[in-house]
Amino acid sequence: MKEFGYQRALDVPGALALLDADADARFLGGGTNLVDLMKAGVERPSRLVDVRELPLDRIEPTADGGLRIGATVTNSDLAAHPGVRRRYPALAQAVLAGASGQLRNMATVGGNLLQRTRCGYFTDVTKACNKRVPGSGCPAVEGEHRNHAILGASSHCVAVHPSDMAVALAAFDAVVSYETAGGPGELPLTEFYLPVGGTPHLETALPQGALITGVTLPPAPVAALSRYRKVRERASYAFAIGSVAAALDVRDGVTREARLAFGAVASKPWRARAAERVLTGAPADAGTFAAAADAELAAAEPLPHNAYKVTLMRNLVVAVLTGLAEEAAR
Amino acid sequence: MTTAATTRKSAVGTAHTRVEGYDKVTGAARYAGEIPFAGLAHGWLVLSTVARGRIRSVETAEVLAMPGVLTVLHHGNAQRLNTGYIGLMGVPDPTCAVFQQDRVPFMGWPVALVVAETSEQAREAAEALVVRYEEEPHDIAFAADRPDVYLVDQGPAPAETGKGDVAAGLAASAVVVDAEYTTPEEFHHPMEPHAATARWDGDLLDVVDSNQGATWVVSELANLFSLDPASVRVRSEHVGGGFGSKGVRAHQVAAVMAAAALRRPVRVVLTRRQMFSLTGYRSPTIQRLRLGADADGRLRALEHSSVSLTSTVYEFLEPAAAASRALYDADAHHTVNRVVRLDVPTPSWMRAPGEAPGSFALESALDELAEKCGIDPIELRVRNEPERGPVSGLPFSSRNLIACFREGARRFGWADRDPRPGVRREGRWLLGTGTASACFPVIAWPSTAAVTAEADGTFTVRIAASDIGTGARTALTLVAADALEVAPDRVRVRIGDSNFGPATIAGGSMGTRSWSWAITAAAAELRERLASGAGIPPEGITVRSDTTEAVGALSEKERHSFGAQFAEVAVDVATGEVRVRRMLGIFAAGRIVNPLTARNQFTGGMIWGISMALHEEAVRDRASGGHYGADLAGYHVATHADVPHVEADWIDDPDPDDPVGIKGIGEIGIVGAAAAVANAVRHATGVRHRSLPIRPDRVILAGAGGTADAGGTGTVRGTGTGAAGGTGAAGEARA
Repeated sequence: MKEFGYQRALDVPGALALLDADADARFLGGGTNLVDLMKAGVERPSRLVDVRELPLDRIEPTADGGLRIGATVTNSDLAAHPGVRRRYPALAQAVLAGASGQLRNMATVGGNLLQRTRCGYFTDVTKACNKRVPGSGCPAVEGEHRNHAILGASSHCVAVHPSDMAVALAAFDAVVSYETAGGPGELPLTEFYLPVGGTPHLETALPQGALITGVTLPPAPVAALSRYRKVRERASYAFAIGSVAAALDVRDGVTREARLAFGAVASKPWRARAAERVLTGAPADAGTFAAAADAELAAAEPLPHNAYKVTLMRNLVVAVLTGLAEEAAR
Repeated sequence: MTTAATTRKSAVGTAHTRVEGYDKVTGAARYAGEIPFAGLAHGWLVLSTVARGRIRSVETAEVLAMPGVLTVLHHGNAQRLNTGYIGLMGVPDPTCAVFQQDRVPFMGWPVALVVAETSEQAREAAEALVVRYEEEPHDIAFAADRPDVYLVDQGPAPAETGKGDVAAGLAASAVVVDAEYTTPEEFHHPMEPHAATARWDGDLLDVVDSNQGATWVVSELANLFSLDPASVRVRSEHVGGGFGSKGVRAHQVAAVMAAAALRRPVRVVLTRRQMFSLTGYRSPTIQRLRLGADADGRLRALEHSSVSLTSTVYEFLEPAAAASRALYDADAHHTVNRVVRLDVPTPSWMRAPGEAPGSFALESALDELAEKCGIDPIELRVRNEPERGPVSGLPFSSRNLIACFREGARRFGWADRDPRPGVRREGRWLLGTGTASACFPVIAWPSTAAVTAEADGTFTVRIAASDIGTGARTALTLVAADALEVAPDRVRVRIGDSNFGPATIAGGSMGTRSWSWAITAAAAELRERLASGAGIPPEGITVRSDTTEAVGALSEKERHSFGAQFAEVAVDVATGEVRVRRMLGIFAAGRIVNPLTARNQFTGGMIWGISMALHEEAVRDRASGGHYGADLAGYHVATHADVPHVEADWIDDPDPDDPVGIKGIGEIGIVGAAAAVANAVRHATGVRHRSLPIRPDRVILAGAGGTADAGGTGTVRGTGTGAAGGTGAAGEARA
């Protein structure tokens, strides 16, 4: 087991300085993914800079009526927050659909966004993986890919992003805030993750050495009627094989506004804008919902063993939107 | 006999918490990997990263210079072992006889052991060790129609049995079921990984280990290292699960070898990932069932053939077709187990070897037959109750299968069941129920025990039994208390030490039966001695027993435990989710010694059956020949949320030929459980799933019009808007 250093940062500038001092250092949040990867030899940091004690553990309303969520807020606290549960219920549901109670008590919002894929080739250092060793190849394309991407993938990598939380954040136009030695910055979540292309090892648009400080949810009245549904192979403690975060504003049987994002189908949480366009202004009925799903999934390029995901996502979109429409009508 | 003795409540049959439970929950109980040794060194196994080939070089120089590294053992410097013997379970698996050859027969084969002062140093060095291979193309393609599938000519049971003419029987049958069922590669990883510490004390070898039989491990190590068994001691006080995986494995042998090379204690602990290639697994099976019956369901022909795989270095047979040898008779009756050698790790005994996958195929086929005949599945089994063993012709010692079904049907509410598939809907869920038979052999093997009457009025039992989490230690305490006619708190049972004398393994569901027999015999003789009224000397009075003769004198009979499994499932065909809602198992499995731990055994097996039906599947990567996702995040077992109301109970069924009436309960809980779930899925959806696990993608694809492995006679209609919404009409799941 490789020896590594460990330091706890107490303020943001201190954390940035500690990371900056060591090219192979990593920020440590809850450690629920990074430590596993260190055990597997996928990550071999020289030093861990523990950022859990940073004063970024608050969830606060913003002036315009949104919410600002600190980067070190635990998944458990996020899911339990009354403002989240009331105004963005799909986000609370998404967080609760992930991992286990113990893991959610440890995992942080910032770390959740930066967790790595659970592709079994990525996590096994005896196998090739373009994400882990650029240029080594992607065995999943010809090999095991039942739970791999159907959207936005490339021949270099077909892994999916594992986060449930990020799917709901993507649906609600969340913005990621970060700090660097050169000053702060922001990235909309939908631009936070880079396209796979030929560089699957480059996962986010965060500048080198940046520390995520929080996530801002803009006000979104539509989110008050929202759902997250996760389909997984067992009832708990498993990553999604397909998930949907959805919000609908239906009046008089017509969808005025819709938010839709997919999980477990791409290298990032997949904001389904094509589907949203079909939904908006159209009758809130099963036929429209199916047409919306089809519009989004028209771009799907399934592999031989994950074509079921196209059917699954279509069924799931229709089921979740139908449920929301029924609720709106009550 | 005193008045107190005659009115004493029998300890056997009374619920008793584990006698070592307090030690376990407080952490006082020490497991093999955490017992301190002075001067302990730590070994870390290095496993092959190719699936077939030859080791060209093990480049030890750099690693030997790393901090704390003491030695690197490999085929170039390891001591030669004796592998030319036949042990308790046959010839040794070369996977355990480590570092004897440069050939690599599978991915994950042990190629070296790095020993260092600390576990961390050993691991870092092991991960840094460069091993160069001449790689050869590997073949891991498991298929039933390969030309190199062959009939195994070994083992305690014949590979093939037969009587009558199956083809003629099928031709004369009004109803025929002919279907193929498959089960995947499955693993039995106990919570406690395999761990062993070896220490040489002069010429005496002392091994602290986690195993299912100290006597067994002694004899294997004595053979491999050409030692007098009397000079080998193996201790295994607490074992955190076994399930068939904890016999002799590479880590014990490597630890002994390193301890000899370094003349200091060496511990080797396996990682979860290493266990995927070193500690056995259940072979995948491809099974074909051919059933022919009259219109009233009475079987004319039954043929069960199975193909499993093994490694190229060791012949292990998963005897799935043997599941059909005791349950149902037919004039034409044929069972055959075949195997194919591939470049994969050696499979092994895993809870209910043969019966678990075999019962899935057989009991699914019976369900198919019941539906084709238009007969209730339980009634079909009633009509096919055999008088004598279908293959052996021997009488049954006792056979209470139908009594289990009757009691189970009553409690499950089976009488109200509408047999039509795909017609019960609750929101997005289709609901269904299913049932299946369970049957597992009853065995006893010879054991010895020593019972001591202590001067203080207590009793000490010493037996080389193994409590692998089953509650055996507690059960033996209750048995001894009754045999000695004292309260359980006056009996101390010491187990898990080969110095206590030979005893059989915790395996084949025979441990508690076999050990209890020996304890009962010793206790009876001790009571006779005490009856003379002589005082007890300070060292106590000890009586030893050996049941070799008594067990050998058992008459030839069909001896089995039986059970009836019931399951209710909910299936969302739009998303492929399958959830079990409740299970009930009623068993006729001999006298139940400790209802508390027995229920735990039964329900544990049933829950494993849920896992087997819906979750468990190790995936092999064709290109590398190794696993994909070889850890417990990738290999799914049921979580708490997957395990709803699971109830197990039993009917009175004491074994007439056992001194305590015990049959054995360790394995029967899983038998038939997966079939009951699969039959319930069929009842819920109208789709017959013949390949396990019943994964969401399989359910979804079957819903989209059926696939080869989920074909059957019914298919769920397309996944268009109607079905997708989950709110369609109740009948939509029917083709």
